[in-house]
Amino acid sequence: MSTGLPVLQPGLNGRPRSDVDFDETLRAHGMELQAATVDTLQVNIGKLCNQACKHCHVDASPSRTEIMTRETAAAVIDAVRRWHIPIVDITGGAPELNASFRHLVQEARAAGARVIVRHNLTVMLETGQEDLPEFFRDHAVEIASSLPYFLEERTDAQRGHGVFQKSLIALRRLNSVGYGKTGSGLTLDLVYNPVGAFLPPAQASIEADFKRELMNRYGIVFNHLYTITNMPIKRFLDYLHRSGNEERYMRKLVEAFNPATVDGLMCRNLVSVDWTGRLYDCDFNQMLELGVDPELPQTISDFDPKKFVRRRIMTRSHCFGCTAGAGSSCGGAVSVTSF
Amino acid sequence: MAYYEEDDLQRFSEIAKHRPDLFEKFMSWYQACQEEGALSRREKALIGLAVAHALQCPYCIDAFSQSCLEAGSNMEQMTEAIHMASAIRGGAALIHGLQAHHSVERVSM
Repeated sequence: MSTGLPVLQPGLNGRPRSDVDFDETLRAHGMELQAATVDTLQVNIGKLCNQACKHCHVDASPSRTEIMTRETAAAVIDAVRRWHIPIVDITGGAPELNASFRHLVQEARAAGARVIVRHNLTVMLETGQEDLPEFFRDHAVEIASSLPYFLEERTDAQRGHGVFQKSLIALRRLNSVGYGKTGSGLTLDLVYNPVGAFLPPAQASIEADFKRELMNRYGIVFNHLYTITNMPIKRFLDYLHRSGNEERYMRKLVEAFNPATVDGLMCRNLVSVDWTGRLYDCDFNQMLELGVDPELPQTISDFDPKKFVRRRIMTRSHCFGCTAGAGSSCGGAVSVTSF
Repeated sequence: MAYYEEDDLQRFSEIAKHRPDLFEKFMSWYQACQEEGALSRREKALIGLAVAHALQCPYCIDAFSQSCLEAGSNMEQMTEAIHMASAIRGGAALIHGLQAHHSVERVSM
C-alpha cells in the first residue's frame, strides 16, 4: 500500500513503535528469515578510515586501530579459494588503508571471484594511494562509492568539510581510467544515503537526478546509483538520539515495513567477516557484535558455506532499516514496489 | 493546552472515532491522490508542500517536508515551491487592492 504521508497512517494512535520485534513482524506476515545461499563474502578489514562520517554504522575514523592482520586476510583468501566464493565484497573503514588490502584483492581475483570494493573516494588523495584507479582497473575491481548527494552542502554535512570537492577529484580520476564509461567493463556505482533521519527516495528517480546533475555540473559519469537506508545503530543512532529523532525514525522504519523486500535482503545471500575473522549475517550485525547462529561455525577458518545455506538469520530492531519502503541492501533498493 | 501538539500527527486516525465511515472514505481518496500517476510522487509532494504553506498548517508542513526529502527533492527545489505558494498568496492579496480602488472611487469626486 502506498501512503506517501506519515501523517496519515491509520491505526497508530500515537503508540511508540520502536519496541516492535522484527521476527514478530515477519511472523505476522507469515514469513521467517532464512538464508538462501552464500554467494558473497563481505569482508570488513578494519575500522580505520580517513573520514568520520556522521551516519557511519562502523564508527570508523582516523583514530580507530582495529584492523585485519595479514594472517586473518590469509584465512579469508583460503576460504575464497576452497569454497569458490563468487563475490568478495571488501569494506571498512577505508579498506585501502589496510596493508593487506591489495594482496587480498589480487588473491581473490586470482581465485576467480568478482571483487567489489566499498571505496570512499577521498582515500585516493591520501599519500601512497594515488595509483588506486590504475590498481582497481588492472584487477577489474568493481567500485561502490558513497556520495550522498550531488550538491556540496549536503555531502559535506554528512561526510565532512571538503569531502565533496575531493570526491569530485577522485571520480574524475576513476572516469579517466575508464570507470563508469560505457563499454569499458569497469563498474563505478554510487551509493546514496539520506543526509538525515528520513528514508531514501525511489532509486530509479534519484539515479536519474544524479546522472543528469553529475554530468551537467561536473562532467562525471557512473553506472548505477544504489539507495541505502541509514541504519539506527552506532554513530547514526547517536545522531538520532542527540537530535531527538530516535523515536520518530524508528516509527518510520516500522511503519514502512514492506514484506516484498524480505526475499531480496542481503543477509540471505552473504556472510560477513570482521577484522578478527569472526562471522556475522551482515555488516550491521557485525557492528553490534551479533554473531551468526551459535550452532554454526563462528570464524572464517571454520567456514563451510554448506552449513550456512538456509541458516536462521539473527535479527534485532535495526533490521527494519533493510525492510522499510523499497528496502535497502549493499546493492541498494531490493523491491520495485514501495510501501 | 497548546493549540498544536506535535504528537497529534500520529493520532490523526482518532478523527475516525465518531464517523469511521467518513474517515475511511477520506483516507481512501487521500491515499489515491498520493499514488504515482500523470504527476510523479516528487511533483505531488512539492505541490503538497506548497499548499501546506499556503494553508499554514504545521502538521502538513512537517509531513510534506519529510515527503519531499523522501521523494528526492532538495532544499532549493522545496524553497522554490514555498515561494510559489507565497507569491500566489501575495498576488491574491494584492489583486484585491483593486477592490479597494473601486471602493474608494465609488465615493470619490
